[in-house]
Amino acid sequence: MAQLNKTEIGAFLAKQGILIAFAAFMIGFALANQRFIELDNVFGVIRSSAILGVMALGVTFVVIGGNLDLSVGSMMSFSTIVVLDLHDKLGPGLAILAMFALTLALGAFIGFLVGYLKLNSLIVTLGMLSAIHGLTLTWSGGKNMDIADKSGTWFSVFGQERVMGIPVPILIFALLAVALSLLLSKTPFGRKVYAVGGNGQAATFSGIPRARVVFLTYIVSAFCVATAGLLQASRSLGSQNTVGQGMELEVLAAVILGGASLMGGAGTVFKTVIGVLILGFIQNGLLLVGLDFYVQYIVTWIIIILAVWLDVAAKRGRLWSPIA
Amino acid sequence: MTDQTPVLRLEGIVKTFPGVRALDGVAFSVLPGEVHALMGENGAGKSTLMKVLGGIHAPDEGQIFIAEEPTVMTSPMQAKAKGVVFIHQELSLADELSVAENIFLGELPLKGLGRVDWPKLYADTDAILKTLNVGFDARTRVGDLSIANQQMVEIGRALTVDPRAVIFDEPTASLTDAEKVVLFDVIADLQSRGVGIVYISHRMEEIFKITDRISVLRDGQYRGTLNTAETDEDEVTQLMIGRSLDLSRNESHHEMGDVALEVRGLGCGALYQDVSFSVRRGEVLGFYGLVGAGRTEIAETIFGLRTPSAGQILLNGEEVRIASPIDALGHGISLVPEDRKSQGLVLGMNCRDNMTLPQVDDLTAGPFVSDGAEIAIFDQYRDKLDIRTPGWRQIVGNLSGGNQQKIVIGKWLSMRPEVLIVDEPTRGIDVGSKSEIHNLIRELAAQGFAVIVISSEMPEVLHVSDRIVAMFSGRVMREFTADEVTEDNLIQAISGITDDKVA
Repeated sequence: MAQLNKTEIGAFLAKQGILIAFAAFMIGFALANQRFIELDNVFGVIRSSAILGVMALGVTFVVIGGNLDLSVGSMMSFSTIVVLDLHDKLGPGLAILAMFALTLALGAFIGFLVGYLKLNSLIVTLGMLSAIHGLTLTWSGGKNMDIADKSGTWFSVFGQERVMGIPVPILIFALLAVALSLLLSKTPFGRKVYAVGGNGQAATFSGIPRARVVFLTYIVSAFCVATAGLLQASRSLGSQNTVGQGMELEVLAAVILGGASLMGGAGTVFKTVIGVLILGFIQNGLLLVGLDFYVQYIVTWIIIILAVWLDVAAKRGRLWSPIA
Repeated sequence: MTDQTPVLRLEGIVKTFPGVRALDGVAFSVLPGEVHALMGENGAGKSTLMKVLGGIHAPDEGQIFIAEEPTVMTSPMQAKAKGVVFIHQELSLADELSVAENIFLGELPLKGLGRVDWPKLYADTDAILKTLNVGFDARTRVGDLSIANQQMVEIGRALTVDPRAVIFDEPTASLTDAEKVVLFDVIADLQSRGVGIVYISHRMEEIFKITDRISVLRDGQYRGTLNTAETDEDEVTQLMIGRSLDLSRNESHHEMGDVALEVRGLGCGALYQDVSFSVRRGEVLGFYGLVGAGRTEIAETIFGLRTPSAGQILLNGEEVRIASPIDALGHGISLVPEDRKSQGLVLGMNCRDNMTLPQVDDLTAGPFVSDGAEIAIFDQYRDKLDIRTPGWRQIVGNLSGGNQQKIVIGKWLSMRPEVLIVDEPTRGIDVGSKSEIHNLIRELAAQGFAVIVISSEMPEVLHVSDRIVAMFSGRVMREFTADEVTEDNLIQAISGITDDKVA
């Protein structure tokens, strides 16, 4: 009986390990620096995580569908540069529409290659990471992009305003999270994403158009990237060509941290949000306890390895196994 | 044989997992030179017992003896060092490596500086292959071998030590009849060298052909050991499931309706040619033939997974074009595929979602999937098919094979098809669930479905079919009614021997 309890506790720890580790981190940081849990700081963290978070929502769909998207960072740079450039040429409204259309077109292209041509998503999106970066530089001529009249445009509302005391980026992140959570967990499309990622062949045998479902996950991802680009551009009203560089890995880290399986078929939007917040708070906490900014890269990596280990251990039912 | 010491003996083995007593005082022993069958329904504890034996699970109570010496097993490697080796159902070979590298994987012979002693490796391997009497050599790439030959490589692995006991776990699952004969020869050879064999299988024919004793597990408990020569299938089945089974020929004659599906001169490249048949409402049409005879490929063509190169498919007398499973479903054709794990189910998904997957688009309230509508369908087919699961939230991968198969059948029945194709309805399923599924197929026909059953098991085909199509090498050899078919003429037909009376 005693042994039974021990296994059950072990299983619980392994399953909830990441939340427990997160709670321990939070308490530790809070004790080390009071400022960590002040509302101001909490809002600040969520707000600065919002752009990453919005991108992670979209990548969650791609990953559950059984694929990867490593192009989101460079695609976000593209969206940001494009909307800033077009702002002065077409006005804010048309600029936003055109930027969304162009970003979705990029997503459609990737979705076509991975979904319909069935090319390996790692290769395709790694290639697109580089190709889209080239596209961005071509568009901007390599120069930074700035809005000419920074104080006279309503465009800044997405990145800088508050509604009912809540920063708009947080609001947009939350709304999008709720909407996409419903799409994934409640609609036939969401169900098909899980089926295609969980077992593509069984999905085909069940009459599910696998190619179209994969295609659509990349459309969702591109939509999220465009939204992230909008937030980024609106916050700074000017940008370098490399603003999203490296974010693809952070995004993927948040998604995996949330528990989505890289094999596809598992994960939820809610868990990804948790993953995003864990990353954000830990990076913030490290700064507040006085560690160098660069330490976050190391700590983030350790946390991801820990998360993956706990995930595997939960599936095995024990922390260590002599055979794979 | 009786006065010999057992090569392997397990005594009072108990193993519990959270909430389950998987093994409850199991005893089992193997004498040198005997083939000892271990039988039981899925979930009876056979796999757990073997994992205890292989050191993957530590038993809570009980003792393992090797040559009457108490032994604690810690890993499969250690078990092998003690002379206990496992031949698994699912092969675990490295396709890109040679036969020799696979057989000596992890124990390659070395010479100075950690270099592999290739000449010795190939010589040792060829010596082992010689005892197996196979037609390939040590340097062959494993990926180029047939499944049966890959299994021989797996057996070869067992022979790198001098084994005392070899455990075969469902070794014939993917073998043809001819390949089985070769396997049985190898087993007989091991036997003659005094090795004890543990043979795990669901197939009664084989059990009675090659084993000396049969031990039965039920619900984790040891139910007894029978001498094969003194027992029959009925007694074994009773021990396994606690009741006897009806495996007689199909005698039922109910009303049949019009032709639902007709196929004329269908062909698909080199896979099969000039196939014609029809099936009526209320009829079960059996397809029998060897693996590779083209049966599954015909089913896949009708279901829109393959494009035919010739011929027509008619539904209710009208020609239809089926380019995808979506078209097939639209025409009321359902296919319960051959391999439920890779084709039939999303194993990580729950029971309900698996069952409603093909029709999830139609089960909506507004933009969302309707929980109520889905649960209603699940409940209906759970009751109808007697699916045993704690609830619809249960992950399908955790169910037994029989219940998994019923989920797949429920999934396709709930589409209310006119034509139901069932490919290998009971593969890897225990006897008890098997007869339930057979009865279910008969019942479906009685309710007016047109059913096509594809099977590699002759008793199954004979039991459920009203008519039987015998296939050989991509062609229909002969069609039998239930009255005229015998085991002999069926075997002749699927072996390509033409019956003079027909010609």
